[in-house]
Amino acid sequence: MSVLRHSATELLAQLSAGEITSVELTGACLEQIRKHDGQVKAFLRVDPERALARAADIDRRRKEKKPLGRLAGLPVAIKDLLCTQGETTTCASKILENFAPPYDGTVIARLKAADAVLVGKTNMDEFAMGGSTENSAYQKTANPWDLARIPGGSSGGSAACVAARMAPLSVGSDTGGSIRQPAGLCGVTGLKPTYGRVSRYGLVAFASSLDQIGPLARTAEDAALLLEVLAGHDPMDSTSVDLPVPKYTQTVTQPLEGARLGLVREHFGEGLDAEVESAVRAAVDVYKSLGATVKDVSLPHGKYAVATYYIIAPCEASSNLARYDGVHYGYRTDEKRMVADLAQERAALTAAGRHADVEAMDNPLVRMYRQSRAEGFGPEVKRRIMLGTYALSAGYYDAYYLKALKVRRLIRRDYDEAFKEVDLIAGPVTTSVAFKLGEKVNDPLAMYLVDLYTVSANLAGIGGIVFPCGFNTEGLPIGLQLQAPPFEEERLLRAAHMYQQATDWHQRCPPLVEG
Amino acid sequence: MSLTREEVEKVSLLARLRLSDEELDLMTAQMGQIVAYVESLSELDTENVEPMAHALEVSNVFAADELGESLDRQAALAGAPHHDREFYLVPAVLGE
Repeated sequence: MSVLRHSATELLAQLSAGEITSVELTGACLEQIRKHDGQVKAFLRVDPERALARAADIDRRRKEKKPLGRLAGLPVAIKDLLCTQGETTTCASKILENFAPPYDGTVIARLKAADAVLVGKTNMDEFAMGGSTENSAYQKTANPWDLARIPGGSSGGSAACVAARMAPLSVGSDTGGSIRQPAGLCGVTGLKPTYGRVSRYGLVAFASSLDQIGPLARTAEDAALLLEVLAGHDPMDSTSVDLPVPKYTQTVTQPLEGARLGLVREHFGEGLDAEVESAVRAAVDVYKSLGATVKDVSLPHGKYAVATYYIIAPCEASSNLARYDGVHYGYRTDEKRMVADLAQERAALTAAGRHADVEAMDNPLVRMYRQSRAEGFGPEVKRRIMLGTYALSAGYYDAYYLKALKVRRLIRRDYDEAFKEVDLIAGPVTTSVAFKLGEKVNDPLAMYLVDLYTVSANLAGIGGIVFPCGFNTEGLPIGLQLQAPPFEEERLLRAAHMYQQATDWHQRCPPLVEG
Repeated sequence: MSLTREEVEKVSLLARLRLSDEELDLMTAQMGQIVAYVESLSELDTENVEPMAHALEVSNVFAADELGESLDRQAALAGAPHHDREFYLVPAVLGE
């Protein structure tokens, strides 16, 4: 464990004071990955030589007193849906197995400019569709707190590697809870910024009006450090907002005086695990003891959020994923076999006198699309593409998509009303702790309902932070979620830091990696 | 309202997915379940509600009309399953 018990903020100070080198720190992370990732399976790809070479280069520049970036020498793990130039970026999908993007996403370019050491690409649900990382086409990631359980998802690899001390920082993305939910289930700190705060250029798109990139870290201070590098306007993403980026690292240590916390009445109803509820209520009591006032608020349309989300997100996905056509990049089916199969089908139908069916056969191009996509996408991705295509198809558009957009407005209005009375909304992240691997794989709807407390923030476009606020009797982490009005990331980080100053849940380390 | 297998099959063509018989059966059942769930939205009166397509309601973000760098042809073709260094190649659709 050695140096890895320190937070990123502490490590950065040690690096700049010359107490440790980036080669030592990167080496320690790689050693931790070597020792434990055979079991945790957080990473899809790690390139030790490259990471160490990069670390050595930063150490050399430091020695020569050359200017260094904001994260100089700190290892950062990247969810495998951010484009890294010339390096495989799969989205945990077979369809992108051999895809090496011709450019860096903005977030990657920013990390490189900040002299971060990119240690590897982390596992996820295929195309970020899922809440358990079991939808990866390559491997199942385990929760470092209990290897028989899921790490959450879709940024399961990014959360698990931070929890297992394999990297002090990682980058994830959140479309319906994909940063916050795995952060909660793995006992780390994860922040979903306001929509538009971080550029999405080079993020492989799932649902473009909901996707947002954000940091996963051990502490709020570390999340502030990473967000400061990730955030900012980018001409390549017209939805990124041209607002100055606050100095999160400077303000994060300022406590929120007299914060007004809102508890959502509807979040404490049926279905919430008793241990989760008591940990969340205890966390709220900590805030009270720090001078916060607490009142009940209502988000009356919250109960429609999952349904709204599972119309809008698949609709956007079906459109975004139309680009995987076996033509421009990515997987294509075996063309010779496909053409031969088509000829055989045609011959069989003709011999049977089924001329109408011959007429209705796919032409070779359409069959190539359909066959390539059928072989390249996994079951959950197919399901969402199908749902979205259905909901957008003629005759259903008004009933589903348009209706969902209207309910989305109502969900946003609920927040606007609530934030007139409170500064932050506090509550659970999930109804229960991490469930067992395989427990929900055959029940897509049950898996969708895991997103109950997280999807509303994406629909409304607001930010949220999650951090550990206790452990259940089995030793599994429980998270607290705070949500704030748009562009109040400072408030979220300050509130989380204030809590972490008063408690030490975030310092706990999974037994797996302690030994 | 439940979905029929024929509807699902039609959607699979629109979605450019080829589904096996087993997949079609499973998809019909699962989509039916999910669609039934999302139909809870019909309880809500949204008569006078403006649809919200986007979290940030910005429109008309203009960029300066200037020539910038674009992707080099070989780089753009590099990931293609089949190309001739000039064009992407697809199965023939004409002349059958």
